[in-house]
Amino acid sequence: MHELGITRNIVNIVSEQAHGAKVTDVTVEIGKLSAIMPDAVRFCFDVVSQGTSLEGATLHIREIPGQASCHTCGITFPLEELYDSCPCGSRHLTRLSGEELNIKDMVII
Amino acid sequence: MRPTMTNMATGQTIPLPAQETPAHSHAHPAEHEHRGHTHTAHEDHHHEKKTVLLEQAILSQNDRLAERNRRWLAERHILALNLVSSPGSGKTTLLEQTITDLQKEFPVSVIEGDQATLHDAERLRRTGCAVVQINTGAGCHLEADMVARGLESLQPSAQSVVMIENVGNLVCPALFDLGEQARVVILSVTEGEDKPLKYPHMFQSAHLVLINKIDLLPYLSFDMDQCLRYVSMVNTSAQVIQLSAQTGKGLAAWYHWIRQHRSIAIGPDGKGV
Repeated sequence: MHELGITRNIVNIVSEQAHGAKVTDVTVEIGKLSAIMPDAVRFCFDVVSQGTSLEGATLHIREIPGQASCHTCGITFPLEELYDSCPCGSRHLTRLSGEELNIKDMVII
Repeated sequence: MRPTMTNMATGQTIPLPAQETPAHSHAHPAEHEHRGHTHTAHEDHHHEKKTVLLEQAILSQNDRLAERNRRWLAERHILALNLVSSPGSGKTTLLEQTITDLQKEFPVSVIEGDQATLHDAERLRRTGCAVVQINTGAGCHLEADMVARGLESLQPSAQSVVMIENVGNLVCPALFDLGEQARVVILSVTEGEDKPLKYPHMFQSAHLVLINKIDLLPYLSFDMDQCLRYVSMVNTSAQVIQLSAQTGKGLAAWYHWIRQHRSIAIGPDGKGV
């Protein structure tokens, strides 16, 4: 259940940056290959944000699909699993996206 | 359950600062009775809403502390290894044997992570090495700040080796850099050959994969070739060593790997520092 720790990090960073202002919305990016379950983060967010300036805020999660480029044939293709190979069969890949764990922005009032 | 740290030499246990959320608005106790979350959202229409860009990695704090650990270790030419596996892979037995054999050559100390108990630290302490036990409480992995506290308590000597035995778990520790030079995944043949595909993040982040308990292969249907193929599917660069901590088979290759990496940590002109 590392989503609890991840969510605490989100709430800590955002409430630090909010400097006491009330936060109404938080947007985060979670890559589909990051091993973090968005639903678990949503569940934890309501609990962890209680008693902080994020209490009651809406959490927006942007899921970022995996993408890789192939060193052998040069194409860019969607990566569904970390261990997928290129359609050409090569495993020499550079992952371009899908592993994001970022806080994008917050809305304060 | 809050995390604690126990130095096995002094027997002293101290609480570790658990990660806490800063509380700003305890002035609304009545609201806590509601389970819904919309009750305060519309109270402040008259205030202007403002979007603030943050663009920050969620794990940035851990990553920063991990870098600090890495620098601290590099300054002292210490090799630190992050050992990860599922529970029951034989990690502690392997460490006991490794420390017993290698501490004649150089000092080895251990940061031992478990959810609870001092059992593993007590076992390792019997080898004569310095050990701190970190009990993560509710936590499922070690984090960089825990390792920083562990190093502070251990005070490992220059050019020594620090083994960080992570909490037995193949999921969560993959995300948390501790500041180690290398990550070692231990997989035992009793677990099945498809572990690398089931836990791709962990195997993908490994520098070395140790396949343990190979003395049991005659009694199992474990397909070693398939396992090696799976490892190379998720990680094209990881080295693999097959061994048995119980019989000693393959340990020489593991020790050779540690010596090699310790030489790298010491550097070309590190001798006699």
